Amino acid sequence: MNQIIARLKNVTAGYNGESVLKEIFLEIKENDFIGIIGPNGGGKTTMLKVLLGIIEPFRGNVDFPLGKINMGYLPQASQIDKNFPISVKEVVEAGLKPTHRWSHQLSKSQKESALGLIKEAGMERYYKKPIGVLSGGQLQKVLLCRAIASNPQLLVLDEPNTYVDKHFESELHQWLKKLNEKMAILLVSHDVGTIPSLVKSIACVNGTLHYHPSNQLTLELLKVYDCPIDLITHGPVPHRVLKKH
Amino acid sequence: MTDFISLFQYTFFQNALMASVLISILAAMIGTYIVSRKIVFISGGITHASFGGIGIAYFLGLNPFLGAALFAILTSTSIEWISNKGKVREDSAIAILWSLGMAVGIIFVFMTPGYTPNLISFLFGSILSVGKSDIIIMLIITLATAIFFLVWYRPIIYSAFDPEFSKINGIHVTFFRYTMAILVALAIVISIRAMGIILVLSLFTIPQSTAMLFTNSFNRIIPLSILWGLLGSLSGLFIANHFNIPSGAAIIFMLTIQFLIIKALVVAVELKKQKMR
Ligand SMILES: Nc1ncnc2c1ncn2[C@@H]1O[C@H](COP(=O)(O)OP(=O)(O)OP(=O)(O)O)[C@@H](O)[C@H]1O
Ligand SMILES: [Mg+2]
Repeated sequence: MNQIIARLKNVTAGYNGESVLKEIFLEIKENDFIGIIGPNGGGKTTMLKVLLGIIEPFRGNVDFPLGKINMGYLPQASQIDKNFPISVKEVVEAGLKPTHRWSHQLSKSQKESALGLIKEAGMERYYKKPIGVLSGGQLQKVLLCRAIASNPQLLVLDEPNTYVDKHFESELHQWLKKLNEKMAILLVSHDVGTIPSLVKSIACVNGTLHYHPSNQLTLELLKVYDCPIDLITHGPVPHRVLKKH
Repeated sequence: MTDFISLFQYTFFQNALMASVLISILAAMIGTYIVSRKIVFISGGITHASFGGIGIAYFLGLNPFLGAALFAILTSTSIEWISNKGKVREDSAIAILWSLGMAVGIIFVFMTPGYTPNLISFLFGSILSVGKSDIIIMLIITLATAIFFLVWYRPIIYSAFDPEFSKINGIHVTFFRYTMAILVALAIVISIRAMGIILVLSLFTIPQSTAMLFTNSFNRIIPLSILWGLLGSLSGLFIANHFNIPSGAAIIFMLTIQFLIIKALVVAVELKKQKMR
């Protein structure tokens, strides 16, 4: 069984009356792992926010065929204020859903599950520390813990590998693969080098969206998809931009 | 020493003490929110805009606190509304609001026929003339704020820290952000009575700066700010009486001295630790 759990239908969205995304379609199935690529300012973050209900689309709609689903979100690093006086513990617990709508007390087992996640991430000794003392990569780990704290059916990650070194990157990828057994994942990344070993399919977002049902993509296809990606840092332009390891 | 003790016999001094205690607690809670969200400048705008309300209320013969509260709530909620509409650069808009509020206030105070209230007391406060009714309003606002913080601590800080994530997670972000905007406005306005428009914001920021020398966690900054706020305002109050200087200025002076001394101590301890290694 691999059913559609969320769907963007003919979505046009943007800010202050100006569209950033035009007539987007996207279907997300139960165990999808979709990599989202595209140039800066192409509208990737905007698309995620429409899906999550943070931004109302101008036209079109988001629907959930199997009923409302629980979604976890890891925002782009630049959206987090690292100087805010909040502890790692408090940030992870922010991901837990309160048991009652107006009360915000957490149960003991909820608190333990949050601690368990932090242990899994190897961040235990920072549990009581303010997030201001964390490195960029450590903060990403904490934000990932927050995103998965409520066992979401769909995990939405906006560039989780910014600031992350090679070592943690492979750790992160293992973690995500394991999570993907239980939940669908939508991952925005600029790292076209490692995406294919991770995701199952790819969406190119640059004002419009082109869905590519496999994890292999050629330079020619990127052109067809109108999805210019910076390849200069990868040395001589390879024929196959994205390929299996 | 005898005049120090005899001070407590005077109602005006008892009231001033009471007001200092209440305002220190209130400013500790609201100030921590202001500092954490980095809206000190916005709060300055709200403070000065409220003077417009004071002026108009005087002109119409209404309670100036009511006028100020109305103006402050209007400005703080509209700023919250504007900041939700996207990343508009608000700096200059707030600066305009800042001086416009002052201008409107001054114009109306001067147009008020007959008795002209003492402008200086609005600008620099007069904690020694605080009356019973002021204390009751302070008590109500402080209690309401304390209850709000105690019951909804988590959603308050989460709505401030990451409103988008909190919204997805089912927190009524709009409710908490607007309620906080209203509480910020009320706290500032009621503290103006004691500290004056020009000095009031220091009470919402200096104790927090002192507290943040020790901790960087929201729920510990508040009690520490209460402590430093109380110490600073009570010592300021006594000094003001002893040397017969304006109380608001004396309180700010003591809060700052206290910050500097503690900062120096913290630095000294750090240096010593480094040498020991
Ligand atoms: N809050 C906002 N208000 C107005 N315009 C915005 C806002 N957020 C984004 N934009 C604009 O929308 C466009 C798309 O932005 P978006 O953040 O979705 O791009 P992105 O693909 O995520 O880029 P990046 O790779 O840099 O993260 C950009 O031109 C940006 O300037
Ligand atoms: Mg983005």
